[in-house]
Amino acid sequence: MKNIDWRRAIYYFLLKDFITGFKLGFKYFFKSKATLNYPYEKGPISSRFRGEHALRCYPNGEERCIACKLCEAICPAQAITIDAGPRQADGSRKTTRYDIDMTKCIYCGLCQEACPVDAIVEGPNFEYATETREELFYNKEKLMENGRKWEHLLAENIKLDKSFR
Amino acid sequence: MDFSQGFGLILIITGQCLLITIGVLLSLAFLMYADRKIWAAVQMRKGPNVVGAFGILQSFADFLKYVFKEIVIPSGSDKVVFLLAPLITFVLSLVAWSVIPFNEGWVLTDINIGILFIFAVAGLEVYGVIMGGWASNSKYPFLGSLRSAAQMISYEVSIGFIIIGILISTGSLNLSKIVLAQNGSYGILSWYWLPHFPMVILFFISALAETNRPPFDLPEAEAELVAGFQVEYSSTPFLLFMIGELMTVVLMCTLISILFFGGWLSPIPIIPDGIFWLILKVLIIFFMFSMVKAIVPRFRYDQLMRLGWKVFLPMSLAWVVIVATLAQFGVSGYVRW
Repeated sequence: MKNIDWRRAIYYFLLKDFITGFKLGFKYFFKSKATLNYPYEKGPISSRFRGEHALRCYPNGEERCIACKLCEAICPAQAITIDAGPRQADGSRKTTRYDIDMTKCIYCGLCQEACPVDAIVEGPNFEYATETREELFYNKEKLMENGRKWEHLLAENIKLDKSFR
Repeated sequence: MDFSQGFGLILIITGQCLLITIGVLLSLAFLMYADRKIWAAVQMRKGPNVVGAFGILQSFADFLKYVFKEIVIPSGSDKVVFLLAPLITFVLSLVAWSVIPFNEGWVLTDINIGILFIFAVAGLEVYGVIMGGWASNSKYPFLGSLRSAAQMISYEVSIGFIIIGILISTGSLNLSKIVLAQNGSYGILSWYWLPHFPMVILFFISALAETNRPPFDLPEAEAELVAGFQVEYSSTPFLLFMIGELMTVVLMCTLISILFFGGWLSPIPIIPDGIFWLILKVLIIFFMFSMVKAIVPRFRYDQLMRLGWKVFLPMSLAWVVIVATLAQFGVSGYVRW
């Protein structure tokens, strides 16, 4: 009997912990909420965000990619496959096939760092979930389309990042 | 009484039953929503806010979702008992509402052992959980139901003793008479919460344990038992379990407001009494239930048993003796018959 911690016993019977917790809970009850209504509101993302890939074009519509295959070589996940050949019209060296397996990609960003002409970039889009696996095997048309769709943001992000590289 | 009179009586009673059932179930939908909102607010979340204005129709969306899902029955289960268990939980928690007085005279069956009836029904509710856990033929549900049985039985004992204290003061088991006994000239001060103060808190905590609410949600304990006795349940049977549990929670809130906070009586003598006072009291106590859910961590099993048998039982037992002594010597506030 002599080892009773009376202070603790009194606190226990007066529900001190509970009342303290209740006060704290009540304080937080009226605080502004941290929830983001996701599909309608989105959190800020960095200009260096590495999301969905895109193949960019010059303003005159000429594709930037020169089929140097540096991205294919550096890709640690071997997600990129490129075939190259001279173009029919002017004989310039272009890709005939540019595939990215998005299920393999680890979004390390090495491809856009390796690219000498800023052709392949990772854009700010992260909402491209699909219903089938096959839809994630991106080919050249899909990547070019992404480039056209996101060009304004991609160009802006590259401009913001210019002084750091 | 001829046939048409008897038929009319049956119609009236059926109508009253439907009114109570629909009223309780509808209010339950919004209380469920309120519960989630309060829980979310304490955790600095917004809670459901997509379905309807401010998400107020969330419960109805959930209801449709549950109803249209496939009912999965485990092949090793005892199918009859498996499907009977949620029905028992649901029906029993609904049946208890038949003796609740909502206003003076607004009670379906004004039996003179109302509180005993509620107590008996609440005791039977353990069967739903036990049968569900056993019939699932799986270890997690079984462990969950065992815990639930032990827990509900332990806390029913102290709830029983607390109620005995009230009965000694009132001299009746009729819930309407218990409320009317609190109708003094001092309004809020003549209710039973003042003379029976420590028991209000004891009853509240016991009600938490009795209804498997946090911090006593050991039967569900999602970290250990996934969802306890509900693991194998899906679709409508799961919905019945959930509605049954929440209905018991609201019943306990109503019981607390009837036993200790004067039911439909108004807190200030000048303002008229009415059902809105009961609703207001139930809402305030339900808010407390939700807040408790948000702020407390779950009890360990041995802590639960220690609290039930070594703290609550002696305290409530001592309180019965104290109230009986005070009533014997006619101390005002303790004798009201």
